[in-house]
Formats: sequence, structure tokens, C-alpha cells
Amino acid sequence: MIRFDNVSKVYPKQTRPALRDVSLEVEKGEFVFLVGSSGSGKSTFLRLILREERASHGQVHVLGKDLARLSNWKVPHMRRQLGTVFQDFRLLPNKTVAENVAFAQEVIGKSRGEIRKSVPQVLDLVGLGGKDDRMPGELSGGEQQRVAIARAFVNRPKLLIADEPTGNLDPQTSVGIMKLLDRINRTGTTVVMATHDQNIVDQMRKRVIELEKGRLVRDQARGVYGYQH
Amino acid sequence: MRAQFVVSEIGVGLRRNLTMTFAVIVSVALSLALFGGSLLMSDQVSTMKGYWYDKVNVSIFLCNKSDAESDPNCAKGAVTDDQKKSIMSDLDKMSSVVQKVTYESQDEAYKHYKQQFGDSPLASSLTPDQMQESYRIKLKDPQKYQVIATAFDGRDGVQSVQDQKGILDNLFGLLNGMNWAARAVMALMLVVALMLIVNTVRVSAFSRRRETGIMRLVGASGFYIQAPFIMEAAVAGLIGGGVACAFLVVARYFIIDHGLDLSHKLNLINFIGWDAVLTKLPLILATSLLMPALAAFFALRKYLKV
Repeated sequence: MIRFDNVSKVYPKQTRPALRDVSLEVEKGEFVFLVGSSGSGKSTFLRLILREERASHGQVHVLGKDLARLSNWKVPHMRRQLGTVFQDFRLLPNKTVAENVAFAQEVIGKSRGEIRKSVPQVLDLVGLGGKDDRMPGELSGGEQQRVAIARAFVNRPKLLIADEPTGNLDPQTSVGIMKLLDRINRTGTTVVMATHDQNIVDQMRKRVIELEKGRLVRDQARGVYGYQH
Repeated sequence: MRAQFVVSEIGVGLRRNLTMTFAVIVSVALSLALFGGSLLMSDQVSTMKGYWYDKVNVSIFLCNKSDAESDPNCAKGAVTDDQKKSIMSDLDKMSSVVQKVTYESQDEAYKHYKQQFGDSPLASSLTPDQMQESYRIKLKDPQKYQVIATAFDGRDGVQSVQDQKGILDNLFGLLNGMNWAARAVMALMLVVALMLIVNTVRVSAFSRRRETGIMRLVGASGFYIQAPFIMEAAVAGLIGGGVACAFLVVARYFIIDHGLDLSHKLNLINFIGWDAVLTKLPLILATSLLMPALAAFFALRKYLKV
């Protein structure tokens, strides 16, 4: 699903690499936590998977494709097989919940019939059934993140990338979001989640990848958060 | 791609930038109105050339008795019959450039003069023998005046060779100059319009970076993300083009047919017809659509990474 071969990333005008010689593999259906302090290279790692950045050295394979050889105009098609969730939800404030989710299908040209069928379905899945016509501003943080997850999942991606999805949420709400991500993972979707949330990592007991100053320092099955911050 | 979705995005974009949209429309309208105006001006000049060059003559004026005293060209005295015969036979030999030659005697010249200026005090004191005999030559190609001038200027008995076309050329030169000035202003306005479009697109892309960012994340194609911006520019441009077209039609109507009514006041000039105006409109509309679209396309390559 994801393979990094000796990947380094140096941003222009910076001497210290953001990622240094990282090699790892994530199999189909896995749930992976990506941990590390700020500036450890977590975001760069995710941006490389999304092909927002290109690796300076080494190869990044996502969904069986070498991203270095993927031409620019094919990138959108690659991204359609990925779902993304962020700390700040990234919802469109002037569209309703249903429209926000439908947006992900409209921009890739799904028919109106398909959209009408799949949007209520996915809203039910994330536990927002009946809130189709609410505006994002009227929802709690946890509900907004559920909308974002619904949008990420509505096109049934093979891989879900989550960048600190619980970063803005209280512990109670975070547990709900994690249960949801776990359910999505059980449908066969691979989940890669960057997080700072110690409790969540310790409770879930999934694979943990730790980055420190751009290096891969730990790759542990059924791991724990492992360090104090 | 769903048309309804794209159309609604365009509407939102244009309303969000209402002042900028208005500026784009006005500058596109002005530059294209000037563009159309200068095209029509060229048409007008060539219509007038065709009309007037058909009527102009080259005249060879011959010396009369009073010229013999006052004009250095006529120092050898008034023209003789032999000189006239040789001029006439030379003109006959030049049939490749000369279409028709008419001889105007002193009496005929006097008569024409009386018809034209009969009321003036000078006309009453004039006598036929003060008039000049002349050959009025119609050329096959009005540009070939120089051939006649070199052949007859300075010859014995010839006072002067005059080309009426020279007088017209001054007029046409003036019109052409005005035309170039209009084109220069047009080019400047075009640059202003293009810069405005680039800026509008940039502001538009910036104010919608949230939407476009999300579109990118869910895998919208580059074209799909850019299309609303490009079409926004195209729609604003097309409105500007429409205004320019309306302006040209109204200008033709008020300057030539009504209002200023030049077609009656200057009835020596034949003006361009409606067909000349109407055939320019598709060109203007196409330009108003394509030019902003292209400008937006190139602006987006810089400001909207995919």
C-alpha cells in the first residue's frame, strides 16, 4: 500500500533534511500511528504520500505507483483513491453538511443519482444521520470532524490519511472519532494517522512508527506512545 | 463534469469580486471598442481612397501669355501648337499608364471657373486669355503620378504638372495618423485589461483557496479546479466585448446616420456601410472571450498550483 525506500526530503533553502533515509512498508488493511515531536518530520511524511511534495532521494510507492514517475496530470487520479482528514476539519463554511460531503463527489464528476445515494449512507456511517442540512458552524468540533471523515470516506478510498484528527477535540470526543476510524479500518481501508495523543495510541495498541529529527527511530507492532513530551 | 455546479461557482466568483469584475468589463470594453474603431477607420480610409482616386486627375497646365512674363517655367513664351502636338503624341505613347486624356481650352477653363466662383470679385475681372490651357489625364493607376511628372515637368510650354492625389494624400495621411494613435491607445488599454484580469484571477484564486485546497485533496483534476476561474474571466470579457459591440453600433448610428448626421453634411464622402460594422462584431466578441480566458489560464499556472 505504502513503501518508502531510503527516502530523504530536503526543503529548498534548508540544510537540515526534514526526512533522513526512511525505509518502511505499510500493508493493505493496516492501522498505523505516526508519532514524534513537532518538527520530527511527520507532516513531511504525509505530504510525500499525498504527493504534495516529492522526495529528494529515494522512492515513495503509494498504491503500487512510484510517485516520482507519476506525471502531474495523473496526481488527481491517485488522490481520488486516498481520503484525508485534518486537525482543522477543512470544511466549507457556506455549504451544508450534505453539500460538503457531496463536494468530494461533485469535483470528481460523480452523477447526481450516485451522490444522492451515497451521501446519506456515509453520513449514517459516521453517526450524523439526519443532520444533512445543518451548517458546519452549527456543529460541535467532534461532529465537524465526523463530516470531514464522511467526506474523506465517501469515495471509498483504499487509504485514509489522518493528520492529528483529534488534535482539536476533548478526550471524550476523541474516543468517538477513534472508534469511527477503527470501523473504517475494519472495512479494509488502510489508515495512517499522525498524532500527539498518548492515551489514544496506548489504548488502541496498533502499529506505531516514531520519527525523531527526520529519522525513523521505532517501528513497533501493537506499540505504545512510548515517550514523554 | 456537472455544468450546473460549474455555473454556480462562476456566479459566486464574479459576485465576490464585483468591483474587479466591473473594472475588467470596462477596460475590455474600452480596448475592444478602440480596436473595432481603428478597424472601421481603416475601412473608411480605403473606401474613400477607392472613391476619390477614381475621380482624381493629373493636370498638365500649359503656359499662357501672362505666365510667359511672370513664371520662370514659361520663360520661352506661351505654348505653341507644335509643343502641344508633341505633348499629345507623347501622352498617346504612354497608353500603359494613361487611361484617358481630355484637353481643356482657355475658354472652357474660363467657363468652369465662372461656374465655380462666379460670384467672387476676382472672377469678374478675369478674362479667358488669362486662363491656362491644360491636359486632364486620368491614370490607370493613380499611384503612377510620377511617370507623368518626370515626362512633362520642365518641358517647353508646360507651366506645371499637378497631381490632385497629392492633396488627398495629405488627408489620408492625417486619417492614418489618427488611426495609429487609436491603435496605440488600444494597445495600452489592452495591457491594462490583461493586467486587471491577471490580478482579478489572482484575488479570486486567493479568496477561494480553501475550496481549491479541498478540491485538490479529494482529487479534482487541474482543469476542473481552474475551469471556474477561466470561465469567470471569459464571462467578464464577453460582457466587455458585448459593450464594445454596442458602442460601435451606436457610434455608427449617431455619427453617420443620425445625430451628427455626417452622411448628409459631408455628402462628398461616401461612408462605410452597416456591413462593415457588423462583420467586425464576431471578431471583437471572439477576442473578448479568448483573450481573458488565456490570460486567466496563464495567471493560474502561477497562482493555483495543482
